[in-house]
Amino acid sequence: MKQLLSFIRKEFYHILRDRTTMMILLLMPIIQIILFGFALSTEVKDTQVAVLAPANDDASQRIIDKINASEYFNVVAKIHKTDEIRTIFRDAKAKLVIVFEDNFAEKLRHNGKAHILLIADATDPNAATSFTFYASNIIASYQQELMGENKNPYQITPEVKMLYNPQMLSAFSFVPGVLGMIMILICAMMTSIAIVREKEMGTMEILLVSPMKPIYTILSKITPYFVLSCVNFATIMLLSVFVLKVPIAGSFLSLVVVSLLYIFVSLALGLLVSTLTDSQQAAMLISGMGLMIPVMLLSGMIFPTENMPVALQYLSNIIPAKWYISAVRAIMIKGLGITSVLKEVGVLSFMGLVLVTISLKKFKVRLE
Amino acid sequence: MNNTIQHNPNKVIIAENLTKRFGRFTAVDNISFEVEKGEIFGFLGANGAGKTTAMRMLCGLSIPTGGKGLVAGYDIGSQTELVKKSIGYMSQKFSLYDDLKVWENIELFGGIYGLKDKEIKTKTDDLMKVLNFEEERDKLVGSLPLGFKQKLAFSVSIFHNPKLVFLDEPTGGVDPITRRQFWELIYDATSRGITVFVTTHYMDEAEYCNRVSIMVDGKIEALDSPKNLKSQFNAKSMDEVFQQLARKSTRKAD
Amino acid sequence: MKKNETIVDNSNLVPIQGLGVAIEVKNLYKNYYPIKSGEFAGLGRPAIGDKSNPVPLQGLGVSFEVNRGEIFGIIGPDGAGKTTLFRILTTLILANSGTASVDGFDVVNDYKEIRKRVGYMPGKFSLYQDLTVEENLNFFATVFNTTIEENYELIKDIYQQIEPFKKRRAGKLSGGMKQKLALSCALIHKPSVLFLDEPTTGVDPVSRKEFWGMLKSLREQGITILVSTPYMDEASLCDRIALIQNGQFLKIETPENIVAQYENKLWAVESDNMHKLLIDLRNNEMTKNCFAFGDKHHVSISNEQMTIENLKEYLMKENHTNIQILEIEPTVEDCFMQLSQK
Repeated sequence: MKQLLSFIRKEFYHILRDRTTMMILLLMPIIQIILFGFALSTEVKDTQVAVLAPANDDASQRIIDKINASEYFNVVAKIHKTDEIRTIFRDAKAKLVIVFEDNFAEKLRHNGKAHILLIADATDPNAATSFTFYASNIIASYQQELMGENKNPYQITPEVKMLYNPQMLSAFSFVPGVLGMIMILICAMMTSIAIVREKEMGTMEILLVSPMKPIYTILSKITPYFVLSCVNFATIMLLSVFVLKVPIAGSFLSLVVVSLLYIFVSLALGLLVSTLTDSQQAAMLISGMGLMIPVMLLSGMIFPTENMPVALQYLSNIIPAKWYISAVRAIMIKGLGITSVLKEVGVLSFMGLVLVTISLKKFKVRLE
Repeated sequence: MNNTIQHNPNKVIIAENLTKRFGRFTAVDNISFEVEKGEIFGFLGANGAGKTTAMRMLCGLSIPTGGKGLVAGYDIGSQTELVKKSIGYMSQKFSLYDDLKVWENIELFGGIYGLKDKEIKTKTDDLMKVLNFEEERDKLVGSLPLGFKQKLAFSVSIFHNPKLVFLDEPTGGVDPITRRQFWELIYDATSRGITVFVTTHYMDEAEYCNRVSIMVDGKIEALDSPKNLKSQFNAKSMDEVFQQLARKSTRKAD
Repeated sequence: MKKNETIVDNSNLVPIQGLGVAIEVKNLYKNYYPIKSGEFAGLGRPAIGDKSNPVPLQGLGVSFEVNRGEIFGIIGPDGAGKTTLFRILTTLILANSGTASVDGFDVVNDYKEIRKRVGYMPGKFSLYQDLTVEENLNFFATVFNTTIEENYELIKDIYQQIEPFKKRRAGKLSGGMKQKLALSCALIHKPSVLFLDEPTTGVDPVSRKEFWGMLKSLREQGITILVSTPYMDEASLCDRIALIQNGQFLKIETPENIVAQYENKLWAVESDNMHKLLIDLRNNEMTKNCFAFGDKHHVSISNEQMTIENLKEYLMKENHTNIQILEIEPTVEDCFMQLSQK
């Protein structure tokens, strides 16, 4: 046991002393999330807004003024018929149309309740999420003001409707995608490189000619990257919840369980790569070309697998990330429980067992 | 500038107060020496004495912190490109590409030094004959025995007829017979007017040099012909001279 | 963990040979084998053949024994098969044929036992460059289930020299220091047999001498040492040596006997023009061979009748001045060259 602990400590020294690599590993998920989350979305300031207010009463006018006054919006058009909404979007005159219901002010005053419909152009889903969120906030603040004036509970219900991309697919899906990729990168690539480096440095020779059990070598190589993956998992979760406002709809525990399973599969993959190669360069190439690119292209992270040719769809089934991403989407976005991702969990467990068995079998006790 | 060194065509290397510091550590400490044209100059020193650093400066790979140096008439601080053109370099660690064939390596290095295709071809033929290498012409360099490789690497390093060639431990690990054949190649090169600057850990090889310098802790502690050094230190062999000098070292680790 | 890895109790295994033998090698043969990070020479007479056309391997291999408490040197140039031999004996690779045992344990079947009791210092500096001196030593101590304190006596003399730098990263040490650290790491578990693969290659003559001094004191503590080197002048520091070239042993003997068995007269010759002298000596028909040797040329004379005076006359005819000729005792290097030319 002491052997193992001191070996693990040594691995941490290696990682902590190679500052550059460690910074890259820790910053990469942050940068990726920020890239996907913000760089891809357009600036939400001065979003063009069209308004459909049939009643043209004081309540709707005050809301329109408040919206126009905010830095996020410019009211550019007033329209009078619902038919015009499509034209407005098609001609790209506005990104958001605010529809007040008939007799808005009256309903608000008499029933204490009125509806507003926010229709957004969701071709750029990230931007759409942001500005509908801002608009809802402005409406909510008006509601607060009314309550202050009259002490009566008024309720304005903004309803959001996304056009063109009603499920907001990529907005939410890149978080699971980035998770899927980072884990593969850290666990598979870094683990394999760490093992192969010992071969390249010649230290593997000394370790082999010692009573050290091969399983200890493996465990101690895996542990630090397991820890790093957990740190990255936490970073991604925090960023997505607090910065991107992508909530965890389902159980966080289920998410953790599925992620641990995926980390296990990735580590096993890394181990396998390390048994196949003798140089860091080769390990890097195999992990990079053989794991990263398929993850990006075939896992459904960027391109939905449903639209792929049948052959590629079959091929995508052997990519662990596909199953992981699908499970994370179900739990994190759709809010489903662990029972609805049993298929994914089963496939991942099976892959993990097969990979671990092969790589332990192949792990050499000699140099050849 | 008032400290410009006068170029002298008979001196291939002129080093004046050459110094290299890394932070607080002075790797090469104010060394001055001259190497004559056509000479075999042995550059000895213990590990960490500063040999490699000095050699890198003379090859134009590292800019001196202080002092001046002329190699083949060019300033090693400001005319590095011209310096590199007039020298050849060969080391034990890297010399040729293992995954290229013998003739491909020659063609490559000939090309790098700007030789014409025709010239490369005739010179390659000559070289193969001199080294008795005709059968190995199409073999990968990686498959040749070390001794072969080193002989070939030396020949390639003087392929473009440089004024001066730097040899960094060229014979490490080579078998005794090939090691001597290698030195015969060095003699041949000097007879063609090429100056040789060589480092080695074999003390018998120090005897083959016209003059030998011994570096201790960044300074040149002795510089003379092997014969004079031996009488100066009252020693039977260069090994004894070296042992006497290098034991003075106070620089333990660096 | 693998299920089939049962723990074998080796405590009742009887060493294959008597107590006197630490390493025993019989007909060991290893084909030239390429591994991705570089190719290594074969061991035993090079056999021509491949998988589809195997050649019979009997009688091709090398055989030798190393006695307990002996410094046994494997002396030969790079590519002679030294590293291959070391890797077979340290159980890192498998031979194609032949058997070998270390400390009484078979290198194939009892490899786990061997790994517990030998120390190994590979040719390339193989410590963690990003760990400090102390961290490296501590790490290897725990790998071998021991502590620095437990065997401090053994490494004390060596380790004390680098102890002032124990907080320094191994990668920043000089060549001689690295070598001392590597030796300390290889010794930390008090091995019964120490394998040192080219420990002095690329190391300056002063550090080399120090290193051999350390080996002598280790031998006094009863450790058997198998050491390889390309430097012929180190041969005389071994108890027995094997000269190796192209995977074959040219001779296994004590250095004294190897020198005594030199077959010809050997003269050291010098004159004012050493380069011309070499050519002229080679052109003399009495000369068997002639090599430069430091400030002299060593000439081995095939004709027993030839005298120093004869040679002097010949050289004077060739216009040499200040000729000096001395009969000398050959060095191991002379012997190696003679044997390798057979």
